[in-house]
Parts: sequence; C-alpha cells; structure tokens
Amino acid sequence: MSGPAMPAQIRDRRAKRQRILVTPEGVALPLTIASRGARAGALMLDFLILMVSTVSLTVMMMFIGFGSLNGAVDEKLPGATEFIFVLWSLMWFIAWNGYFMFFEMGPRGATPGKRIVGVRVASRDGGRLVPEAIVARNLLRDIELFLPLVMLLSAPFGGGGAAGWAAFLWFLVFLLFPFFNKDSMRAGDLIAGTWVLEAPEQKLATTLSSEGAVGAGTSNVTGAQYRFGDEELSVYGEYELQTLERVLRDGRPQAIEAVAETICTKIGWNPGAGDERAFLESFYGQLRARLESDMRFGKRKLDKFS
Amino acid sequence: MRAPSIAMFSRSAEIKAAPDIEAAALRSDRFRLKREGEWQRLENILKELEKGRLRKLSDDDVLALPTLYRMAASSLAVARETSLDASTLAYLESLVQRAWFQVYGPRLGLMAWMRKFLGGQLSRSIQAIWLDICVALFVMVAGTVTGWLLVSRNVEWYYALVPGQFTDSRVPGASREVLLETLKVEDSAQGMSAFAAQLFANNAGVSILAFALGFAFGIPSLMLLVHNMAVLGAMLWLYSSQDLTWEFIAWLSVHGTTELFAILLAGAAGLHIGRKMAFPGQKSILASAAESGQRAAQVMVGVVTMLIFAALLEAFPRQLAGTEARAIIGTFMLIFWLAYFFGFGRRGKYPKIDEAAL
Repeated sequence: MSGPAMPAQIRDRRAKRQRILVTPEGVALPLTIASRGARAGALMLDFLILMVSTVSLTVMMMFIGFGSLNGAVDEKLPGATEFIFVLWSLMWFIAWNGYFMFFEMGPRGATPGKRIVGVRVASRDGGRLVPEAIVARNLLRDIELFLPLVMLLSAPFGGGGAAGWAAFLWFLVFLLFPFFNKDSMRAGDLIAGTWVLEAPEQKLATTLSSEGAVGAGTSNVTGAQYRFGDEELSVYGEYELQTLERVLRDGRPQAIEAVAETICTKIGWNPGAGDERAFLESFYGQLRARLESDMRFGKRKLDKFS
Repeated sequence: MRAPSIAMFSRSAEIKAAPDIEAAALRSDRFRLKREGEWQRLENILKELEKGRLRKLSDDDVLALPTLYRMAASSLAVARETSLDASTLAYLESLVQRAWFQVYGPRLGLMAWMRKFLGGQLSRSIQAIWLDICVALFVMVAGTVTGWLLVSRNVEWYYALVPGQFTDSRVPGASREVLLETLKVEDSAQGMSAFAAQLFANNAGVSILAFALGFAFGIPSLMLLVHNMAVLGAMLWLYSSQDLTWEFIAWLSVHGTTELFAILLAGAAGLHIGRKMAFPGQKSILASAAESGQRAAQVMVGVVTMLIFAALLEAFPRQLAGTEARAIIGTFMLIFWLAYFFGFGRRGKYPKIDEAAL
C-alpha cells in the first residue's frame, strides 16, 4: 500500500524506545523514551528562556541601580544600590539552579522547554517523582554540560596541556552518557532514578463509522453500493487498515486517489474516477468489521503478509 | 457545594450533544461512543490538575478521578481486544498515561515536604552517609596538616599554595601588625549584605561542583579537598608564626565551622554516590545509584542552606565582632549543627514506614 505509510525504519526506531509499564490495574501502558534530539531541543529552549529572562532582569536592575546611585562618588555604595546588587546576585543563582527544579517539581514534571517538545520527567521505578530525585538530577548538570564545554573551549588552545585534553575526554563521557545506554539516561538521571518520557497529548478524533460511506457502503456522490467479498477483504491486515485510517483522517485528495488505485489493482477491481473517498470508506468499514469480528474469536491478522 | 462563579457558564459549552450511538455502524465505535463522555470528563479534570489548578476542581471531580481513571484503563484493555481504531487507541493510551501520573503521583506540597525535610529527614540522610563523612573529614585534616608541614619546611611552598588574591599583605615575613590588620573589626555594616550574597553564590556553586565531581571522580574530588585545606594549613602556619593562632582561628571560626562543615558534607555526598555505585551490595547498580543519589540530594539541599548561614555569618559577625565573640559564635554554630544532624531525627524514634515513603 502506498500513501503516507510510516517507513519501517522509523517504526523500528520507535519500537526500540518503547517500554511497557503495567499499572496496578493490570493494564499494560506503553511508555516511549524521549528521543535525544527532543531532549537537546528542550534544553536549548530552556536555556534560551533563561538567558532572555536573566539578561533582561539584569538590564532592568542595572537601570534601577544606576538611578539609585544618585551621583554618589565615594567608595561606599548607597543602601538602595547595595540592595539591588544583593537581589541581582541571588537572582542569578536562583534562576540558573532553581529554574529546572521548580518546573520539574510541578504537576507536569516538565520545564517549559520540555513541555513545548512534549516530554516529561518520570520516576523509573513507576513510583512518584520525589523532590529529592529532581534535585539530584539537576545538580549534575555542571559536570555534564558546562565542564565539557569549558574544557572544549580551553583544551585546543593548550591551556591545560595534556592534562587538559585528558580532562576533556573524561568529561566527554558525561556529555555523551545518554548515547551509551538504551534508556538515553544522562548521568543525572542515573543517580536520581528518573527517565525522560514522551508525554503526547492526543486529541480524540471523530468516529469514522458514523459518517460517510463507512457504515452503509453507499456513496453519497454516485449512490453506488460497494460490497466486498471475503477474498477481497482477506488481502490486508491490521497494519494496512490503520494506514488506511490515517489516509482517511488526513483527507488529502492525491493520497486518497493513489491508495484507491492501489487497492483496486490488488483486489482486481477496475478503478473508476471521482468516487475514491466513498470507495475507500466502504472498504475501510467492511475490512475493519471483518478484522474486528475475527479478533473477538481470537484470530488476528497483523499485516498483509501474515 | 460549589459557589456560583463565571466558570459555571463557560463549562456548559464543553458539554456536547449526546453522540448518536445508533448511527455508528461498527460495534467498536458504538462501544467508544458510549464511553466517550467519561473520557472527556477525565481529560478535563487532568487538564486542570496539570495546570496546577486543583482549587478549580469541584469535590465531585476530585472524588471521581480514581474511578474515571480505572474506567479509562479498563476501556483501554477492552479496546485493545475489540477495536482497530488506531486514533482511539492512541488517545486512550495517552489519556490513561496522563491519568496514571496524576493518580499515582500524589505530591507533597512544597511546605509539607520542607516540614518533613527539616523535621528529621535531613538529619537521617546525613547520619546515613557517616562513613563518607569520616573519609572526607580525614582527607580534610590530612590536607591541613600537609599544608602546614610543607610551608614550615620550605617557605616557597606558601606562594605555590596560596592563590594570588590572598597574598596582598599576608605573606611570610609580614609583621605582626600587618597580619593583625587583616583580622581587624569593621566599624559599619555598609556593603556587607552585597558581600554576603556574593559569597553565598560563589560557595554554593563550588560545593555543587564538589558534589558532582565526587560522583564523577571520587579521588580527584578528595584531592580538591586536600588542596583547599592545604591553603588553610599554610595560612594557619603564617599566623601562628607571628603568634596569632588564636586570633586567626577565631576569625575563621565564625563562618568557618559552618562553611567547612558544608563543604565536608558536599564532598561526602558526592563520595557516597560513587561508593554506592561501586559497591551496590544486594541491590542492582541502578537501584543503588538512585537511592544514594536521592539521599545525597537531600544532603545537598542542607549544604546550600548551611551556606546561606555561613555567608551571613561571614559578612556580619566576622567583620563586626571582636575575637572572643567570633570564637563563641563559631563554637555555638558547630555545636548547633552537630546536635541537629546527629542528635536529632534518630532512626529509632520514627516508624519504618516513614523510611519506605522516601
């Protein structure tokens, strides 16, 4: 089947990141480990947010600070200026250390950057995400990110000599830690007992069978009836059915035409033109009814090869 | 009872017309349409919870959450066996996952956590890493002694050990008056709070690094402790050579008992993780790392708190108080921390359940 089918490689790669969590009710829930790319993207977004907010706060405080100087020239600062300076020092520390902790302790377990790319932090043992874990995973950021970067900036210039290079290579291990384990944990995740999962928010799509030709198999355009026999319905399995579902939900005319033609060729029908959608809807409805009734008898046909 | 509010009116818009169940041709779609309302209600509750607006939820909704979660979970189990509608399955999976995070992730509020943390949890965590504290303490004492011995053998070591910023007037051969001048009492508190804030930010950054390096390096982190304490040993020798040992220790002890204690704990916390990963005992390495990491994180929260105290002490009493007052404050702080960490929150007094809830 053609159309916007998910390439097999992408499916495989996704399957590698799938984990199964069994809830206390005995329902198996698939969890997906967030991809490293998504996490890197989230980190950059978070740093961008932090950078913009701390720098603009700094500028604002400088503005107020210089205003409060009041032309005082002796070496002792006036109280107001000193107070601004204290606020500024603390702001810097709290922003860079507290930002991640504050947001990850929230009910979503995610910083704004993580929320944008759709990932969240969760406890690896399935328990609740405790504040200690969030503190632990965030304290290691220094050696995982900043030290390797600092080393990278200083090592090529021979600042530390051979020891500098050795330190850089050693810290590189921490930077690349997520690439060396299957759960893409960074060192902070390891000692905190956490992992980062995809947290997709899915919208509930409409039911297909209460609209169009899915139910009755009758076209609204031409009034034609589509009925498929057992042999015609037995060529496809669940995977093809769900691909067809995606084609119908996307509703792109070219894809619908191409898919209708492929199916017609496969089941030996003569492809007509102009009524492809109704044809596909009828085929979808009847194929799904057949596969679902088989399922209830314990027979499953995963794809066209099985 | 819910008080009337504007939200009452906006909510009615979310209630859609009842789905036409009979119109759905497929059995699995009829199953879905019958339950859709419950799923939507669960989703609305989750949305409020994820935004942290627990107060906006009615009592009914809060009470219904576990039931709705179980219904959605059973819907998912049924749908997996009867429905091939990929989008419904994906929706249910994400819905149940989100609900699971909320139902099985009951959080302590920050205040409740702080109360538990300060009311014994911190002390217990510190008691649990006693072995690492002993190692770090030994290393720190050894570092001080080394610094002293090196400088007393050969004065050149002083310049190698003590960083340039300290060598202003505090150099070997300086007269007693010059050294005493560096320990003098300030007459006003102006500029002190700015000094304190800078000290805190700097020390906290360093101790976090010491902690992180403890996990990464183990031994080099201890070497870091040795080096820093050697500086202290060298300066101690310098002041004692002019017979100012007592004044110098008093000057240092005001904040030093708190600050050095905090650095000791930070190094020990890092060491603890490294040790537990190297020797996980009965547990798996991952479980052992996670447990020790969370314990060490609690210690680190304590360390940062101590450094706030240290910075305040360093900025005000050290600069403003005389020698005897400095020594008294320093000793008092040391006794206070020791009593709080080792005399408070002993294991025996608390039921085991408390430990399991960690």
